[in-house]
Amino acid sequence: MAEALTLAARPAALRPVWVLAGLACLLAAVSALWMWQGLGGGGNRGFVLGLRANKLAALALVGVSVGVSTVTFQTVAANRVLTPSIMGFDALYVLLQTALVASLGIAGFAGLPATAKFLSEIALMVLLASALFGTLMLQGARDIPRMILTGVILGVLFRSLAGFMGRVMDPAQYAVVQAASFASFNRVNATLLPVAGAVTLLAVLAAWRMSARLDVLALGRDAAVSLGLRHQAVVIAALSLVALLVSVSTAVVGPVAFFGLIVAGLAHGLTRSASHGVLLPAAGLIGATILIGGQWLFERQLGQAATLSVVVEFAGGLFFLYLLLKGRIR
Amino acid sequence: MIEIRAVSHRIAGTPILHDITTRLPEGRLTALIGPNGAGKSTLLRLIGRLEPLQAGRIRVAGHDIATTPTDRLAQVMAVLGQQTLIASRLRLAELVAFGRWPHHKGRPTAADRAHVAEAIRTFALDPLADRFMDELSGGQAQRAHIAMAFAQDTEWLLLDEPLNNLDMSHARALMARLRALVDRQGRSVAVVLHEVNYAAAWADHIIALKDGSILAEGAPDAVLTEELLSRLYDAPIAMGRHQGRPLVLHHA
Ligand SMILES: Nc1ncnc2c1ncn2[C@@H]1O[C@H](COP(=O)(O)OP(=O)(O)O)[C@@H](O)[C@H]1O
Ligand SMILES: [Mg+2]
Repeated sequence: MAEALTLAARPAALRPVWVLAGLACLLAAVSALWMWQGLGGGGNRGFVLGLRANKLAALALVGVSVGVSTVTFQTVAANRVLTPSIMGFDALYVLLQTALVASLGIAGFAGLPATAKFLSEIALMVLLASALFGTLMLQGARDIPRMILTGVILGVLFRSLAGFMGRVMDPAQYAVVQAASFASFNRVNATLLPVAGAVTLLAVLAAWRMSARLDVLALGRDAAVSLGLRHQAVVIAALSLVALLVSVSTAVVGPVAFFGLIVAGLAHGLTRSASHGVLLPAAGLIGATILIGGQWLFERQLGQAATLSVVVEFAGGLFFLYLLLKGRIR
Repeated sequence: MIEIRAVSHRIAGTPILHDITTRLPEGRLTALIGPNGAGKSTLLRLIGRLEPLQAGRIRVAGHDIATTPTDRLAQVMAVLGQQTLIASRLRLAELVAFGRWPHHKGRPTAADRAHVAEAIRTFALDPLADRFMDELSGGQAQRAHIAMAFAQDTEWLLLDEPLNNLDMSHARALMARLRALVDRQGRSVAVVLHEVNYAAAWADHIIALKDGSILAEGAPDAVLTEELLSRLYDAPIAMGRHQGRPLVLHHA
């Protein structure tokens, strides 16, 4: 009875825990569905399970990366309509890859050991992105519209530079680049899974450990500095994690621009919490659930394995417009 | 004491502050006054390390702000800028609770919660504690931010135009609250005021800024004279007295 009273008196404090528990159950359910639905008996059962597990891991990894990176990025940018992709993070990654292929040639590019290549790419990406976007965000803190505009223009610039390089390089080389430049949840890059998984896990744990500092960062620069937050260091660290996570998901499935927007919007809307200790796990769970559930629906039920990325991007784009029209610029 | 030595500041090449040297006495309520654009906010933001110091030195209670770690400074001074961001997904009580962050770094104790409750009570915000910040009026949000700075429980409290958005009774209550902090708890307060009469009624020490330089400083009786204020605001200003303190007569 006394318990019931305190529960009733503090609905707001309890809600996030239940939301997280519900999201975790949902993710477990769609994962089980993905693994075992329509699984025949017979000799190739183990083989099919292995294939499915691989894809499940890839989808979960990308969903978590996109969710966590978008929420983190929106906090740093003090803005709810932006995603790392809209600001050109993934375009920078694609540009990096294109530049690598162009300078090393296919033989050189394909000859590199996949893991070492991937790790050096993301190291380079983290350096470039945190320097570039760190400068932009720290300088732009005063003038947010200008910061956003600069970021969007940078994104377009990276994309068109990568496109230009693709055009002037020979077609065989371009084919290698193209695989990295378009999103596809159907054709995931499975060789990278172990290392990508490890990187994602580390980055997500690091983001989770920053969650209290991200809460302070969300108060805005002045309040954060006044409270003794090492503002610049936290901004750079957060952007490095974003760069890491974007690199991973771009490497595994290719760039997704608007999907993060839906995930972050749902995470904020469902938890109604300002605490990143709640928001980050919620976003990760939501991202993974949507991708796994969506791919299950399109691949197994509708027989349209390649369509999910288009639908997700379309829905995300609509949500983006909705946010803009509602004036939710912040 | 806050010691300011030879501080100059430029924004985009334009000089904003010229070689400011002064002291803000400890255990006193200091008011910064001056016309719009005089550089009051800039000076306060420099003291509060919200802007990087370009030239000169500033020490707050013995801590050089250029060399003291910023989290240590947060235990010595709380600063509230003129413009505050509305963190829309935050409830008022959650915002005020952030004032304790310099002390607990993310793991609040019972003592921290007690400080927060006291700050909320002090600013009569109890009925609004569960409201989201974007559901408050400008004045209520302003009081919430002041309560947050108050909960930080620092030796120095720096406020930039805290009376903005406040009605007469809340403005007077805030000044009385600041006065009590100084008189009863021995704290030090620096506050930018654009309404000179609040400085006249409540301040111990006044610094008058004009065009990025200090025009006058000292006790209210010494600074708030007809001659000085007329020069400060470039307009003839008449002074009277009320209850033993100077009073600017707007209608004279
Ligand atoms: N970001 C900025 N860019 C250019 N000039 C600025 C900026 N901020 C302040 N200033 C200029 O600096 C001067 C002092 O500003 P401020 O310290 O805000 O004055 P006050 O608080 O006394 O009204 C003003 O002339 C103002 O125009
Ligand atoms: Mg000002």
